[in-house]
Amino acid sequence: MTPLLSVQSITKRYGPHVGCADVTFDLFPGEVIGIVGESGSGKSTLLNCMAGHLVPDTGKVVFDTRTDGPRDTIAMSEPERRMLSRTDWAFVHQHARDGLRMGVSAGGNVGERLMAVGERHYGDIRNKATDWLARVEIDETRIDDRPTTFSGGMQQRLQIARNLVTGPRLVFMDEPTGGLDVSVQARLLDLLRGLVRDMGLSAIIVTHDLAVVRLLADRLMVMKSGRVVEAGLTDQVLDDPQHAYSQLLVSSVLQV
Amino acid sequence: MIELNNVSKTFTLHNQGSAVIEVLSNVSLSVAPGECVALTGASGAGKSTLMRMIYGNYLTQKGEICIDGIDLVQAAPREVIALRRDVLGYVSQFLRVVPRVPTLEVVAEPLRAVGVSASEAEARAKVLLTQLNIPERLWSLSPTTFSGGEQQRVNIARGFAHQYPALLLDEPTASLDRTNREVVLCLIEEAKTRGAAIIGIFHDEAARDRICDREIDVTAFTPGIAA
Repeated sequence: MTPLLSVQSITKRYGPHVGCADVTFDLFPGEVIGIVGESGSGKSTLLNCMAGHLVPDTGKVVFDTRTDGPRDTIAMSEPERRMLSRTDWAFVHQHARDGLRMGVSAGGNVGERLMAVGERHYGDIRNKATDWLARVEIDETRIDDRPTTFSGGMQQRLQIARNLVTGPRLVFMDEPTGGLDVSVQARLLDLLRGLVRDMGLSAIIVTHDLAVVRLLADRLMVMKSGRVVEAGLTDQVLDDPQHAYSQLLVSSVLQV
Repeated sequence: MIELNNVSKTFTLHNQGSAVIEVLSNVSLSVAPGECVALTGASGAGKSTLMRMIYGNYLTQKGEICIDGIDLVQAAPREVIALRRDVLGYVSQFLRVVPRVPTLEVVAEPLRAVGVSASEAEARAKVLLTQLNIPERLWSLSPTTFSGGEQQRVNIARGFAHQYPALLLDEPTASLDRTNREVVLCLIEEAKTRGAAIIGIFHDEAARDRICDREIDVTAFTPGIAA
């Protein structure tokens, strides 16, 4: 099987400081991979390099495109990469404000991504937006309200709707449940799991919440000081960690 | 169906003075389709560890664990995931689920994962939940709030939803009353009849005698104890 995304020796330095170093892995269709590690371990740098927000110093990010098969997205032209990030890719930011247009209505936020891929029929766009608001459990009556009037959890769900409306194949998520209270987290996790299963999505989730990866991710990578120190099946890494740092990470979680 | 060759396991505790604990060494065993094998031995002998290794939950450093022709020790994570989805079932002692998901969906999920339609999967889930005496009014609720025995039964229903060719059972009859214990034993017997290879841990001796064809004393593989 061709991997959906093949990450090869990605290194990113900030001057003398290492962001992430020599990261290599393959992601297959329908797979969800979690990346965990403490703050500053390089997980967000890696995610941004993969998603095309940062240019890595070395390495390739090969994506299996619908039309031309595997292509190195770093060597792609800017318009091509932008098209990819509007269609087959989605990026869910930790802070919903970074991923939403706060001055545009909820329906507009969802509809905008549809228009970006060529939809022009207002009625169709509004219907799809309504449908997606329902899927992420936002009341239909709020469709014309701006996200500024939404709670944090609602904003995050709106961001997810905006991202998934175009039926992407790969979703990058940066701490998708960070900063939300636990009941909202549970609701969001349930929602994400359903979407991943029903749409056959592949996802890369950066988080420092081990409970989140246990429930969402098939595979797990543990990062420390910019390097992947351990990788494997999620439950195996969490229940039988091999590296000293993974053992420390797992044993440091407070039991509820 | 399940075949272990010279399997060994050590735990290295890096943050506790790098203590190395040898848990199991040179385990070899095989379980044929339609056969049920009990792991025995005192608490701490390594029964659960061995079971978790066979499921790929614990990493095996040495040896071979072949299930349906795939060596778990060498397999890539996605091969292990596929094996767990299609071939290898595991009923653990504890239920671990996403909060808010209704019981019926929790039980139907393994079937949905192998491509069974939602309606068919739910129908099977309903049959199992009824058999295991989970009242219908609880089906739409999340099992996270259920009693210990109820959670255990939901876990068993989930484990038997898809007809796995290989099954690992960790104390399936613990904390069950007599009626439900009987139901679970019947489920295991059914699985044997259809040809599943089963490895189980049973502290319930009567149950063990009734359904297991053989016993394997794990103590024989425990370096500290056997020596």
